[in-house]
Amino acid sequence: MRLQAGLLAIALAGSLAACGSGGGGAGDAGAAAKARGPIKIWYSNNAEEVAWGKQMVAAWNAQHADQKVTAQEIPTGKSSEEVIGAAITAGNAPCLIFNTSPASVSQFQKQGGLVPLDASYVEERSGDVAQQYKSPDGKYYQLPWKSNPVMIFYNKKIFAKAGISNPSLRTYDEFLATSRKIVASKAAKFAIYPAPSNEFFQSWFDFYPLYAAETGGKQLVADGKATFASDEGRKVAQFWRTLYAEKLASQEKYTGDAFVDGTAAMAVVGPWAIATYKGKADWGVVPVPTSSGKPAAEIHTFSDAKNVAMYSACQNRGTAWDVLKFATSKEQDGKFLAATGQMPLRKDLATTYADYFTKNPDYKLFADQASRTVEVPNVPNSITIWQTFRDAYSKSVIFGQQDVGAALDGAAQKVDQLVKQS
Amino acid sequence: MRRGLIGRLLGAHPVGTAFVTPYVVFLAAVFAYPLGFAVYMSFHDYFFAAPGAVVERPFVGFDNYVTVLSDPAVRRAFGNVLIFLVINVPLTVVLSLVLANALNAAIRWRTFFRVSYYVPYVTASVAVVGVWLFLFNSNGLVNSVLGPLAPDPSWLVNSGLAMPTVAIYVTWKQLGFFILLYLAALQNVSRDLYEAAAMDGAGRWKSFLNVTVPGVRPATTLVVLLATVTGANLFTEPYLLTGGGGPDGASASPVLIMYQRGIEQGNPDVGSAIGVLLVIGVLLLALIERRFVGKEES
Repeated sequence: MRLQAGLLAIALAGSLAACGSGGGGAGDAGAAAKARGPIKIWYSNNAEEVAWGKQMVAAWNAQHADQKVTAQEIPTGKSSEEVIGAAITAGNAPCLIFNTSPASVSQFQKQGGLVPLDASYVEERSGDVAQQYKSPDGKYYQLPWKSNPVMIFYNKKIFAKAGISNPSLRTYDEFLATSRKIVASKAAKFAIYPAPSNEFFQSWFDFYPLYAAETGGKQLVADGKATFASDEGRKVAQFWRTLYAEKLASQEKYTGDAFVDGTAAMAVVGPWAIATYKGKADWGVVPVPTSSGKPAAEIHTFSDAKNVAMYSACQNRGTAWDVLKFATSKEQDGKFLAATGQMPLRKDLATTYADYFTKNPDYKLFADQASRTVEVPNVPNSITIWQTFRDAYSKSVIFGQQDVGAALDGAAQKVDQLVKQS
Repeated sequence: MRRGLIGRLLGAHPVGTAFVTPYVVFLAAVFAYPLGFAVYMSFHDYFFAAPGAVVERPFVGFDNYVTVLSDPAVRRAFGNVLIFLVINVPLTVVLSLVLANALNAAIRWRTFFRVSYYVPYVTASVAVVGVWLFLFNSNGLVNSVLGPLAPDPSWLVNSGLAMPTVAIYVTWKQLGFFILLYLAALQNVSRDLYEAAAMDGAGRWKSFLNVTVPGVRPATTLVVLLATVTGANLFTEPYLLTGGGGPDGASASPVLIMYQRGIEQGNPDVGSAIGVLLVIGVLLLALIERRFVGKEES
């Protein structure tokens, strides 16, 4: 019996030691960088993006019989980020993922899962906006690919029912007055319905766009310090607090799409939603409000970008890099824009695809806005930082259980500590 | 006679050893190894890395435990799960025993009722959560019935009511499984005992208290332990019903926080420390429960 127990203990200890050493090997990175051959890629499972991805892969494969690309939708999981994180750890990530969240890049980089990209191509394609995607070590581990600059969508029918024909939503006061009118008239149960849940990313669709607009494009963290416990941050938080306190926005989780259902008169979303709203809502769109009512041309917002990254498990990185450039070329970006309505993160977007925007004027506003977008800060502990912020926001702004200013101050102190950690 | 190594390894009953080996391997692979690995992670500065990536994972002693125990969100989550268990476990025992007893009787539509109670258990949480949101949101059916007595803020966004609502939901959802356990146990209670009790003039209630309850005590011990263990592992319900542990963490469970810290935020060392503390807590609770609920059996 003692011998049997001893053998089991040795086997377990051996397993632990093997895990602790992080064994395995990715091979020679230098050789892999030049190697060419078949590669695998993942794209998102959004129907429009899948259609674009399939034609892009077919176009590449038609010209490169010896460097075939095998593509698939990102495997189903609770979130893309968790699936990618698991694939990095398992060593079976594909070469390229056209669905990499900028918020997760610092974590993937820490895991040793990403390959730095050629900075000159990144900056040449995206222009100044690329700087936001640079990692603290000065390299690019993600190619800024596409954004969905979020704006305020409003339901024209609900507004008309409330007796509002030309909505004025530029200032906080105007926005609140309009919201009160909608709810008082019972045209809709709520004026607006951002998700009040506790997930780290939800602040990207309530606080952050308005904060970007109020501050002229400031990120949540800048120069290693939290920026949001400022006058601008308090104004934005107080604006949302008023919406929740007056029940113009709901504290409760909603299982469907409140905007499509007509439960809410407004939504904070990007152009990806236009396809969803087709035939279901007669919508109009305006930039997010600011306290003083800045002109539209000065308004910044959250980018809601997804980028392309190359993963260290890739053996044929020479081919992967060529495919990355091919998929983000002027021609393929144009096809992507036409297929999805999402904005390629290219400089001079509006002029490069002038024909498209002439034929699709609904998207012109988003193209203008795309040049003034703010990304989540590319700092260590990015997701922990956002969860810390969300917890404080949730407690004070959504549920009113703490003073808004005190909550922001407390969160800022914690975030400052988190930014310092590697 | 001195036995060889293989003989000693296989023990006195080689066939028996052969039979249990698959289970031992299974246990080692899916229980002992992950548990051991979690303990290892909790004492190191550990994060998941790509194969071949050169990373340091130094031993940090109890640092992760200090981080966990000084985190108000974690402490609150453990408090929340205690509230959950205090509501869920007694309610599960009482309801499942009473309902099993009723379903064991010769009533019409017995099979229909048995299936009806079991259906929520086998239905995915994601599917039934929608129904509960419809019932318990501020404009839901429950508040419509309650009228002016409806709580404000409503059930799932009320700090005091969110966790009890989750506990009642889980009780309802899992009831079918525990009813089945009691139904099986009821088959072993001798009919003679009921007849003897009737002869002594015991009514239905006295017969239930003095024959049924002691007769199913082993099942009660099992139900209490299983309800405690599954309750301590609470994750899906607060995640789906209350939007990730809201309001303000009032329904966050240790496993939910473990998931946030370990998977979402990339700190599996901290997540493991929460997990180890949870295992220790559940073991202590199970020992206490076993001492009180299972005392006659032992």
